[in-house]
Amino acid sequence: MGAKLRVYKRRIRSVTATKKITKAMEMIAASRIVKAQRKVAASTPYASELTRAVTAVATGSNTQHALTTEVDNPTRAAVLLITSDRGLAGGYSSNAIKAGEQLTERLKAEGKEVDTYIVGRKGVSYYTFRERKVADSWTGFTDSPTYADAKAVAGPLIDAVQKDTAEGGVDELHIVFTEFVSMMTQNAIDGRLLPLSLDKPDAEETAKGEILPLFDFEPSAEDVLDALLPRYVESRIYNALLQAAASKHAATRRAMKSATDNAEELIKSLSRLANAARQAEITQEISEIVGGASALADATAGSD
Amino acid sequence: MAELHVELVAADRQVWSGEASLVVARTSSGDIGVMPGHQPLLGVLQSGPVTIRTTGESGDGTVVAAVHGGFISFADNKLSLLAEIAELSDEIDVQRAERALERAKSEADAAAERRADVRLRAVTGVH
Repeated sequence: MGAKLRVYKRRIRSVTATKKITKAMEMIAASRIVKAQRKVAASTPYASELTRAVTAVATGSNTQHALTTEVDNPTRAAVLLITSDRGLAGGYSSNAIKAGEQLTERLKAEGKEVDTYIVGRKGVSYYTFRERKVADSWTGFTDSPTYADAKAVAGPLIDAVQKDTAEGGVDELHIVFTEFVSMMTQNAIDGRLLPLSLDKPDAEETAKGEILPLFDFEPSAEDVLDALLPRYVESRIYNALLQAAASKHAATRRAMKSATDNAEELIKSLSRLANAARQAEITQEISEIVGGASALADATAGSD
Repeated sequence: MAELHVELVAADRQVWSGEASLVVARTSSGDIGVMPGHQPLLGVLQSGPVTIRTTGESGDGTVVAAVHGGFISFADNKLSLLAEIAELSDEIDVQRAERALERAKSEADAAAERRADVRLRAVTGVH
């Protein structure tokens, strides 16, 4: 076998091995999306009931609470950025980071200081490489987050919101994560968690005589809010983590699918080249044999 | 008979849902019983057993669940019990809870002891 042909054969073998790996990763990611989606669906009843309860308190009582009222001059905001621990997911983490950067810019333009909180190794390494300050970070659970993880993330954030701004607390809490729309579409979005921006019932509607249910709070509206809001933040963060996990798997699946397709393409063109090289080798051998035979024939004809 | 719709949800799943005639739960200011047509209510739950007297499709009976913290909210004849962790009494492994209780006692882990105690009380029905 000629040297050229051997090189082609070796490259085809190596690309085939890579293709096998990417194909396996694609299939693993596909099965994980379904699992992650199921987890998102399972967490929905709790989140929606909790939102209902929060809305009930916010609209059904006149209680002012640190977590619901907007400060006149917000000076500091916390941004929670949710990225992934692992790569090989196309633009997944960098899109989330980009959305986080845009939000940070916007908040800074509004004259607010920004404290960054990060989930996921990719985001952490992006910030540490650029030597930017990170208030707190968590890694190791982005593939399948549990409620306990969400609680661990929410704890310091809630503490920061409840602290006075002068002592290093924050006035606002924003979250940046990748929303899972469908298998093909995932968007990096940002949203404000606190202070709550609930849809207040229209003044017109209430004027028409629609009476909002008067809630009985046990033990008191303040205590209920005190207990309710941290749970609300936790459940929102939990939901964001789950959606981000589903998005990450979907992005991995897509990236691996295109890697597999590319490998297939490469194998095809390499085997064409290998075939051409083999054929060239054969042609050369034949012409050598023919040339040799005719030279021999000429030699014997000359000696006669 | 009038009935109310109950949803018992934990953070990561829906634990139980159905019609009931009475729900008894423990809030931080004492036990509260909710019957159909109750005034809208929102309360903070304490760790403890919740008793649901079922009617309607699920048949007359009693469902007991252990909830670890959470909220009770009632409006429009819909009652939701929200808890970070909630288990029905027949899901609870008694032996495991007993072992957990003993271990928690020996390690003086108050939180774990309370959790195991709530589970056992939900199973045995001793409130």
